[in-house]
Amino acid sequence: MAKPFREILKTKEFIVTAEAGPGKGSNVSKIVEHIELLRDKVHALNVTDNQSSVMRYPSLGVCLLIKEHGGEPILQVTCRDRNRLAIQADLLFAHSRGINNVLCLTGDSIDVGDHKEARQVFDLDSVQLIHLVHTLNSGKDMAGNELDGATDFCIGTSATPSADPIEPQLIKVEKKLKAGVNFIQTQAVYELDELKRFVEFVRKIDEKVKILGGIVPVVGAKMATYMNENVPGIFIPQRIIDELAQAPKGTGVAKGIEIAARMIREIKERKVCDGVHIMFIGREEKVPEILKAAGLL
Amino acid sequence: MIIAERKLMEEIKRLVAPFKKVLVAGCGTCVAVCWAGGEKEVGILASQLRLARNAEGNKITVLEATVERQCEKEMVLELKDKVAEVEAVLSLACGAGVQTMAELFEDKPVFPAVNTTFIGKPEKEGLWTEMCGACGDCFLDRTGGVCPVVRCAKGLLNGPCGGTRKGGKCEIDPEKDCAWVLIYRRLEKQGRLALMREYNPPKNYRAVKRPGRIQAVKA
Repeated sequence: MAKPFREILKTKEFIVTAEAGPGKGSNVSKIVEHIELLRDKVHALNVTDNQSSVMRYPSLGVCLLIKEHGGEPILQVTCRDRNRLAIQADLLFAHSRGINNVLCLTGDSIDVGDHKEARQVFDLDSVQLIHLVHTLNSGKDMAGNELDGATDFCIGTSATPSADPIEPQLIKVEKKLKAGVNFIQTQAVYELDELKRFVEFVRKIDEKVKILGGIVPVVGAKMATYMNENVPGIFIPQRIIDELAQAPKGTGVAKGIEIAARMIREIKERKVCDGVHIMFIGREEKVPEILKAAGLL
Repeated sequence: MIIAERKLMEEIKRLVAPFKKVLVAGCGTCVAVCWAGGEKEVGILASQLRLARNAEGNKITVLEATVERQCEKEMVLELKDKVAEVEAVLSLACGAGVQTMAELFEDKPVFPAVNTTFIGKPEKEGLWTEMCGACGDCFLDRTGGVCPVVRCAKGLLNGPCGGTRKGGKCEIDPEKDCAWVLIYRRLEKQGRLALMREYNPPKNYRAVKRPGRIQAVKA
């Protein structure tokens, strides 16, 4: 059985988490393969919640699969698809099934997904969601009613260290820290200086919160340009696009892995933050290669 | 004011296809200002309808009329005689106007010829933007006079999402400003950024019990 993530956060270990993206459909064989492959190589596996607003197998479902296969799940919860009743009910369920980590997110806009005509919810925002989890942890629901059985979640959230302008983003981070979080998994970072600046900001407010730098490998110059234009919160600098463009044909994935591993090594060696969160969307099976190249396996 | 957009001609033609004589009824207030349903637009739509049906060899008689506010019974009643002459009414008013008309003339079908879109204001000639979501619980005092409920694509109350584009543009549309960047800049200018650091609790959606109804109390 994997060690509880909460315990890992108390150590001085370099923390490594990875993302497991559920597929579209009821066939879970592929995600189970990813779980089996990754569960012992990372400290916890994040499960995305209808990632990019594309309807998929649920985050809760995959978290249960991770538990069944001896891993440690982090349940990602966005505010886009559920109102406060549904979110609270899901969290009660998660806790009752041994899922003890929750990542509180806003969620991408409906417009970027595959059900663009749907009504997006956003009854709450991510700061309010963090407060909500604390409320459930305290044994009450949002309406102030006593719960027959509280939750006990280890709470995380996200932030975008590359946002421009950064100030409004940092004010929101400050609100999240004041609400109380145990860990932050940042959005993709490609400039270490931006990550460093972000960590310095957080440390002024909260010395304990663990910060995991977000790593999203890019496997080609074209993909990088596409991501810059279409994926919210992603800002890939030109020098990385150039480096990818210069890679010989057919070596894009290898180059992407090399760049990601280099980032991870630098983060670890320069002690920029407490760990990394690897999001290799659609290529989860390649995560061990990154870990190996980064000297983490 | 209320912003609306005229429906496409194809849809309007379909709505009145079974009829030989209709009234195109405009409204002289909001929809007139946003070029969707005032006297001028009534004239344009009436002409377009006549031309289109002529071309099909299926003539239609189109009466035209515009009242100052189609959401007020007394004003809509001015149209009584004209409505009596026709088989159906095409209303160019907002949803409130269409329904007032439909309520007053229950024996006649009243069709919307515009899509009511939002409460907004003119930005420049021919451009209107959404400003208010009629949430019933205004907190513009906390946000430097910029409403995140409708001007943020996600209606977030405690700051920007992580998807803001470079330069402070919205995740879903580079043409639109991130409301929270606007709020930041406004409050910074006023030296009131501390307000932005305050936690805004979840919105009370009971502030307006839908369907909304307000009974004024006379002083």
